[in-house]
Amino acid sequence: MDVYLPIANLAVDGLVIVALGVATGILSGVFGVGGGFLTTPLLIFYGIPPTVAAASAATQVTGASVSGVFAHSRKQGVDYQMGGVTVAGGMVGALLGAVIFNLLRSAGQIDVVINVLYVVMLGTIGGLMARESLESLRHPAGKTSQRPAKRRHHPMIASLPYRWRFYRSGLYISPLGPLILGVVVGILTMLMGVGGGFFMVPAMLYILGMSAKVVVGTSLFNILFITMLVTMVHAFTTRAVDIVLAGLLLVGSVTGAQLGTKIASFAKPEHLRLVLATIVLAIALRMAFNLGVRPDEVYTVVPL
Amino acid sequence: MRWIVALLLALATAPAALAQDRDPILVPEISQHDIVLRQGFTGANLLLYGAVLDPQDRAIEYDIVVVLKGPTEPIQVREKERVFGIWINAETTSYRSVPSFYAMASSRPVLDIVDERTAAIYELGLSYLQLSPSGSINPAEQQRFSEGLVDLRQRQGLYAQYDEGVHISQGVLYRADIPIPSNVISGRYVAETFAITDGRVISSATSEVQVFKKGFELGVEEAANDYAFFYGLFAVGLSVFMGWAAGRLFAMI
Repeated sequence: MDVYLPIANLAVDGLVIVALGVATGILSGVFGVGGGFLTTPLLIFYGIPPTVAAASAATQVTGASVSGVFAHSRKQGVDYQMGGVTVAGGMVGALLGAVIFNLLRSAGQIDVVINVLYVVMLGTIGGLMARESLESLRHPAGKTSQRPAKRRHHPMIASLPYRWRFYRSGLYISPLGPLILGVVVGILTMLMGVGGGFFMVPAMLYILGMSAKVVVGTSLFNILFITMLVTMVHAFTTRAVDIVLAGLLLVGSVTGAQLGTKIASFAKPEHLRLVLATIVLAIALRMAFNLGVRPDEVYTVVPL
Repeated sequence: MRWIVALLLALATAPAALAQDRDPILVPEISQHDIVLRQGFTGANLLLYGAVLDPQDRAIEYDIVVVLKGPTEPIQVREKERVFGIWINAETTSYRSVPSFYAMASSRPVLDIVDERTAAIYELGLSYLQLSPSGSINPAEQQRFSEGLVDLRQRQGLYAQYDEGVHISQGVLYRADIPIPSNVISGRYVAETFAITDGRVISSATSEVQVFKKGFELGVEEAANDYAFFYGLFAVGLSVFMGWAAGRLFAMI
């Protein structure tokens, strides 16, 4: 099924794009990550211009996270207060990200920086997740994952002033911590065209020490609003949102997201985490190869 | 076979106008003058054809070279280099006007037809493209960047060269197929046809192809550029709606 993309300026096989949407949708349904980290590089690999890929992936992630937010909010799984703080930070971050994006683009290093970010972020998080899930698979009797009492936030978070009570997260911490986290995720979203869920979920768990019940829902809530803003920023600055491309991705990803939530309800979480870790590591390795051994293209062309 | 009909028409009407001309006359034609970028467009196959008419009926052997060029754009080419173990963008060169599309077809390899100087004058072939770098840059470096650019665009299907891509029948009629990929940009494309004998261009003619977007695709492009706010809002709205609708749909199943 050939589809012509009016902004990307080329024809693609629509079914491939939809299939890609399904794959990322399943990821988002199962793990509560947006799946943008998979969409953007694969779209670029398929020949879509990088800016169009990042902008349209952001639009897709919005759609994939909507149904997740609804589902989690019905189960009291969204801490709106915490979400509000991270979204506020994310707004600042997305705008900061746009400025950084333009600076890097005029310096000619945007693609390099994006690649480095991918390798570092995905490599670290994938590695951590893989280790954790392998350990919990090796010691199935050891109840490492069911120790809510030992949950605590990072000492740095505890040292921040002006503490608030976040009831649903079960926290009494300064809002500055989540605010800064929001800013970082906002910048990443703008630069990498990802929702930042793969970064936000572990940060909420291990740095903020939020209750595991609300982590995925709150992260999705944050992703939802940040990707909306990022789409708008891209529409204004890069003008690279391809509505046809985003639409195709959406058809796949909203369906995939629903399938994903079904899978999540019966599969073993350790297995799921190992799968996600493998995917994340594979992408990180692919990009590291590109960065360290041989780039796909030595020469790149940009319009003046 | 439409091209033969068009040719016969051209042959019937041309001789009167060129009775006193000494040099042969080229009558070029293109199978389509409009390429519309819209749904279902996956590229096109242009047939460039025509005839060489010699008013004095001499039996001269011609070679034909056809060059199709897309609209030019100013671009910057970046070169990646390995610095501290990773590949980063290092050197750049800017070009004032580079054709977004270039295809050449010839009846024989270009250097069998003309010498290098003539090839460079008429830009016959990818090696003889006159890319105009802005700012001073040494020739060796310029050569490297130009080769990098041509190689990249060749792999994108935007630059191509077909040696022996022109078929001449009975010394009068010629035809060349030039494929147009889907990733071409809108604008005016110019096809130049050269008739060459003894290393000399004895006749040339141009014809045009317009590539443009229409209907929905044009609307999307204009909306994205002129109504960025509403376009962005629409994209956001669409994604929220689709996410919500899928949730409702699956809840019912």
